[in-house]
Amino acid sequence: MKSETLATILFLTFVALTLVITFWASRQTKTAADYYAGGRSFTGVQNGLAIGGDYMSAASFLGIAGIIALSGYDGFLYSIGFLVAWLVALLLVAELMRNSGKFTMADVLAFRMSPRPVRTAAGVSTITVSIFYLLAQMVGAGALVGLLLGITSPSGKAWTIVGVGALMIVYVVFGGMKGTTWVQIVKAVLLMTGAALITILVLAHYGFNLSSLLGDAATQSGKNGNFLIPGLKYGTEAQGLAGKIDLISLGLALVLGTAGLPHILIRFYTVPTAKDARKSVLWGIGIIGVFYLLTLVLGFGAAALVGSKAIAASDKAGNTAAPLLAKAIGETFLGSAGGTILLALIGAVAFATILAVVAGLTLASSSSFSHDLYAHVFRRGNATEREEVLVARVSAFVIGAVAIGLGILAQGQNVAFLVALAFAVAASGNLPAILYSLFWKRFNTAGAVSAIYGGLISALLLVIFSPVVSGSETALFKTAHFNWFPLSNPGIISIPLGFLFGYLGTVLSKEYNAAKYAEIEVRSLTGVGAEKATEH
Amino acid sequence: MTTDKHDASVYEEIQRSAEFQDLKRRFRRWTFPMTAAFLVWYLLYVVLSGWARDFMGIKLFGNINVALVFGLLQFVSTFAIAWAYSRHAEKHLDPIADKLRHEVEEKIQ
Repeated sequence: MKSETLATILFLTFVALTLVITFWASRQTKTAADYYAGGRSFTGVQNGLAIGGDYMSAASFLGIAGIIALSGYDGFLYSIGFLVAWLVALLLVAELMRNSGKFTMADVLAFRMSPRPVRTAAGVSTITVSIFYLLAQMVGAGALVGLLLGITSPSGKAWTIVGVGALMIVYVVFGGMKGTTWVQIVKAVLLMTGAALITILVLAHYGFNLSSLLGDAATQSGKNGNFLIPGLKYGTEAQGLAGKIDLISLGLALVLGTAGLPHILIRFYTVPTAKDARKSVLWGIGIIGVFYLLTLVLGFGAAALVGSKAIAASDKAGNTAAPLLAKAIGETFLGSAGGTILLALIGAVAFATILAVVAGLTLASSSSFSHDLYAHVFRRGNATEREEVLVARVSAFVIGAVAIGLGILAQGQNVAFLVALAFAVAASGNLPAILYSLFWKRFNTAGAVSAIYGGLISALLLVIFSPVVSGSETALFKTAHFNWFPLSNPGIISIPLGFLFGYLGTVLSKEYNAAKYAEIEVRSLTGVGAEKATEH
Repeated sequence: MTTDKHDASVYEEIQRSAEFQDLKRRFRRWTFPMTAAFLVWYLLYVVLSGWARDFMGIKLFGNINVALVFGLLQFVSTFAIAWAYSRHAEKHLDPIADKLRHEVEEKIQ
């Protein structure tokens, strides 16, 4: 049997299993709290796994392993930013949000503000961030099928995107948060198991001696010692000072963006209490941390056993490093059949990964559209629960359809920057608004609106005028030149701007509600009046 | 969640209470400096990755260099801070928060 066939069978098994879960979840989903927050009845451990499932995207699995395989140490730098970021979520955001919000990020922001302008801003930002992220994943899915399932024709790729999109729509529309969370849990377990298996085989091949694995990787890469230190991809010596500042800018967006990503924030609402939210982040940190340690071995293992040249020949960005390594290590231990099986396994896991992440993003954006924009802005809080859930389902369908269309149109474009952009917008617009809301007495409507729009627009503008959009070899528009902003990552400018806009907006407006601040402060720290889990 | 005048005054009363102020102080005194500390520790790592590559390349044992150990220490510190925070919260925050919650819920009902 060919590896592609086996991978397809494994993947279809995953699809069948998740569809059964979705069907089960749809019968359990009756109220708005069921649809948006899975009835708030997941345990800390379950939600911790789901956090891992939502967070470990194909970009961080295949992408980071690929960067390490081609550029060595720099891929590790990326994963460290992704991990440390969780401390911001744990210490400052998770529990307080669980205590004071209901379904979306905007619930917390609008708590003591004038609801319509703040919910509009938060909804716009949520949908923008989620769609950027979603689009990057969809385009990635199209590129991956060619490599993993042997589908190379443009129409074959387009149909794969339609398939991925259709499944994601089914999960979200029918399963709501309950179905989507279980899909994340299954995916997280599969991904961790697959990555751990390959890692153990690679380490066993080197007699569990990390030093000799690294030595082999450095030699095979042809870059020797430089392969094991930072600087081959980010902030290279050739890029000079701008490159190094860009590195810091990327680091800031990674570490501050996570706690502002809407699809991550709504995870905190799926557990019964703030203590469970804390526990779920602790589990999430453990799972994500171990996962990035595994990708370190996968990346260097791929460089050592497959070779950087063979990886770059298969895919310029290195996205196939992990699958190629699975094949090579399988052949080493179990002959050609072993190679086929492991390659198929990793291919199927990669697809499960993409599917779960796009479902989480679709849920976050459709929830915000329905709960924030439709129910609170358009209907001014007069929508019934049934109506709101119906609108959420319809908008999940529409957002899914739009993502499919854009994903097909953007095939072959280099849209990897969209993930970094999503993090930058989350760090520049959402995070300042969330932190000010929770901790600053004086904060008000004008402050919230200016932080979100200010951060969002400055991040967007800086990216539009950066080398990722025009004027470089890897840009979206290679021949046009409007790249007057030298950095690829806007964070170092746009994050402080977001905080500054939030501050100025606040002090320039006289509005201030002491009673409501007392309420959010008491509620967020003590859990008074926090939304309860629903009983079934 | 709707809040009438009566509830609002209960919240302000609780907010002014010595017990709540104590809870707030215990929360902020731990999390704010710790956030500053891990951000500085992380930025130090990023800055050294950009500007001190010779230092990062020093081999400590075998092919294990400073860069790798520094990176792994970021994992260690992240796990340690997460664990320490949960200990702090369970010991010093949860008991006060639970007590205040019961008090307020009685007053509101």
